[in-house]
Amino acid sequence: MRDGNGAGAPMVTEDEQAVLVRLRGLSKHFDVSPPLLSRLLEGKRRRVLKAVDGVDLDIPRGHTTALVGESGCGKSTVARVLVTLYRPTTGDLIFEGTDLGRLTERQALAPFRRRMQMIFQDPFASLNPRWRVGRIIAEPIRAHGLMDDDRAIAGRVAELLEHVGLRAGDADRFPHEFSGGQRQRISIARALASSPHFLVCDEPTSALDVSVQAQILNLLRDLQRELGLTYLVITHDLAVVRFIADTIGVMYLGRLCEVAPADTLFARPRHPYTRLLIETVPDLRAPDRDRKPMAGEVPSPLDPPTGCAFHTRCPLAAERCARDRPALRRDADGAVACHAVEEGRLPEWGR
Amino acid sequence: MSDPLLSVRDLRVDFPTRRGVLTAVDGVSFDIHPGEILGVVGESGAGKSQTGAAVIGLLEPPGRIAAGDIHLEGQRIDRLSQEQLRKVRGRKIGAVFQDPLTSLNPLYTIGRQLTETIRTHLPLSEAEARDRAVQVLGEVGIPSPADRLDAYPHQFSGGMRQRVVIALALCVNPRLIIADEPTTALDVSIQAQITALLKRLCREHGTAVMLITHDMGVIAETADRVAVLYGGRLAEVGPVDDVVNRPLHPYTEGLMACIPTTHERPPRLAQIEGSMPSLTAMPPGCAFHPRCPHAFDRCAAERPPLFDHPPSAAACWLWAPEGARATERAAS
Ligand SMILES: Nc1ncnc2c1ncn2[C@@H]1O[C@H](COP(=O)(O)OP(=O)(O)OP(=O)(O)O)[C@@H](O)[C@H]1O
Ligand SMILES: Nc1ncnc2c1ncn2[C@@H]1O[C@H](COP(=O)(O)OP(=O)(O)O)[C@@H](O)[C@H]1O
Ligand code: SF4
Ligand code: SF4
Ligand SMILES: [Mg+2]
Ligand SMILES: [Mg+2]
Repeated sequence: MRDGNGAGAPMVTEDEQAVLVRLRGLSKHFDVSPPLLSRLLEGKRRRVLKAVDGVDLDIPRGHTTALVGESGCGKSTVARVLVTLYRPTTGDLIFEGTDLGRLTERQALAPFRRRMQMIFQDPFASLNPRWRVGRIIAEPIRAHGLMDDDRAIAGRVAELLEHVGLRAGDADRFPHEFSGGQRQRISIARALASSPHFLVCDEPTSALDVSVQAQILNLLRDLQRELGLTYLVITHDLAVVRFIADTIGVMYLGRLCEVAPADTLFARPRHPYTRLLIETVPDLRAPDRDRKPMAGEVPSPLDPPTGCAFHTRCPLAAERCARDRPALRRDADGAVACHAVEEGRLPEWGR
Repeated sequence: MSDPLLSVRDLRVDFPTRRGVLTAVDGVSFDIHPGEILGVVGESGAGKSQTGAAVIGLLEPPGRIAAGDIHLEGQRIDRLSQEQLRKVRGRKIGAVFQDPLTSLNPLYTIGRQLTETIRTHLPLSEAEARDRAVQVLGEVGIPSPADRLDAYPHQFSGGMRQRVVIALALCVNPRLIIADEPTTALDVSIQAQITALLKRLCREHGTAVMLITHDMGVIAETADRVAVLYGGRLAEVGPVDDVVNRPLHPYTEGLMACIPTTHERPPRLAQIEGSMPSLTAMPPGCAFHPRCPHAFDRCAAERPPLFDHPPSAAACWLWAPEGARATERAAS
């Protein structure tokens, strides 16, 4: 079943070519039940955690889409489904026109995997400490059989290293000889090795110092322009999102509550959760020293609130909100899932 | 102005290692006044945590205070015996760390941990200590605190646990709280709740806070003054608005410029090239000179002392009384 009827309908007006990845009613559920024995003996129930629950999203080619939200809202799970590390529980994952969720053979996925790569938060954990940098970067080239001549591979590795701002000679060194920012450059070089079209970056700068974060964010932007890459960037940092994203999706408890072009989202956020997030983030340039923080915490995803998942914290919640789950409705400014928006009782936004 | 509550002068923290002595904190000086929040910022490895640990007497061996002095309410505290130090630490200085689980004992109830701390430092009966525990839990925003005394840490969410840690630091009414990245592991909405709580406590009880964080947004909203560390040294210290908007030191200037903001979208972020040197390869002279766009001959040769430029002070030759910027400023 699909909830996001409005936004979920295929957009006939939009050029198929313009969309690289299309998610329709995408869900990923994890079985976190107690072991069978204690279910039988102690009468415990089977439990399902809906990490991602009915997400509709189009990722346009050559642009940056970002997903934001608090810890545990399902951002990384979406990323892992996108790069086929997880299989969707239900829904469609359409990459360049092919529904990857329906490909059953590992082999059938291989050509798609080459075209999508992922960059992780911790640049150290994701690099094999016993391999020299050259071997790390060459690994996707060999794994996908893109080149087999060692000299040609070494040449390509040198080119990649220079492209991300390192030196060709760095191929002979080990990851521990590099700083955090340099390691993230190595991860980026490795991700680019198979000439992907699509890069999924999960918190690419969260482990880095701000001065190094600026270098990496600038690098990601430059690479996008030079190589025509499409990005999905996942982060909890709204200032990073503001810099990097063209389109932003805001997630809460496994669902998308709002999707909008970045400028629109920051100028006129509509979903009450988006508004609270933007109001809550401390900003260096415009500090609010008398800030009134958002009350409460994100509820457990094992036991999400009924109806609109945000109703337990929402200042605009009405009786209907605890009962009916709002659909993600698309309009000229983006898409938003909120009864108050639909009923026209959303207050003006003024930050 | 009142006498400082905490006064740190020329603090040096050394770690003797097989490959020689590493100086993690090198000649750092600052004051904190009663009721004031001093932000301590810098990149990872800048020496923020070691500075905090030195003040509270919790340096991990072989780390040791190699030079300088630390005074709390006029009493020298860097040379106390372990026993005396334990008293001061519990009674006058409270600590809050990034991971609330490191400060909580998973095997004891919240109530037991609070009452034990209270009774160690205050002459209260068990019943009075429990009352005090309920009172502080309420103060840090735990709903129905009397009912939560018998809960164990794992029954609380991350944000609630951090509130309990703050309650533990607070329950004996310390004069100073050292909070090392207290919100780094928390979601933004919880982070805002915790910083609002720290601010309220300062206001209501006159408690001073040394707030260590790498998050400049949090500092801008929370701190009264800021100390910027770089390579174990103090680069600049001053009122928060001055340090953020009118930085003196080129490193502070670069740091502020490269932080993205939700208010605008520049085509590129300002960049400081390179990264902070490691302790084993600290450049001579000014530690920032290999990355500094304004570096000149003297910078590589001589280490700049802290020059006063009220209301701030910066360790940079440009601000020497005869320095380029100091002259510019005097002329204008
Ligand atoms: N393999 C798994 N098995 C069971 N539950 C999982 C698994 N992976 C994720 N989850 C749960 O799914 C929910 C979403 O997790 P996810 O990692 O996608 O969140 P996130 O938005 O990336 O959070 P963060 O900002 O903390 O990285 C969480 O409740 C998480 O505990
Ligand atoms: N046990 C130790 N032995 C050697 N060096 C250490 C030790 N603990 C910390 N350091 C060094 O001290 C410096 C400052 O560390 P720290 O105060 O933790 O930095 P920050 O909190 O600013 O990130 C770092 O270079 C760190 O590597
Ligand atoms: S649907 Fe209701 S509870 Fe949910 S965000 Fe909108 S107003 Fe708030
Ligand atoms: S002393 Fe010299 S190198 Fe250091 S910050 Fe000042 S100008 Fe730059
Ligand atoms: Mg994640
Ligand atoms: Mg630290």
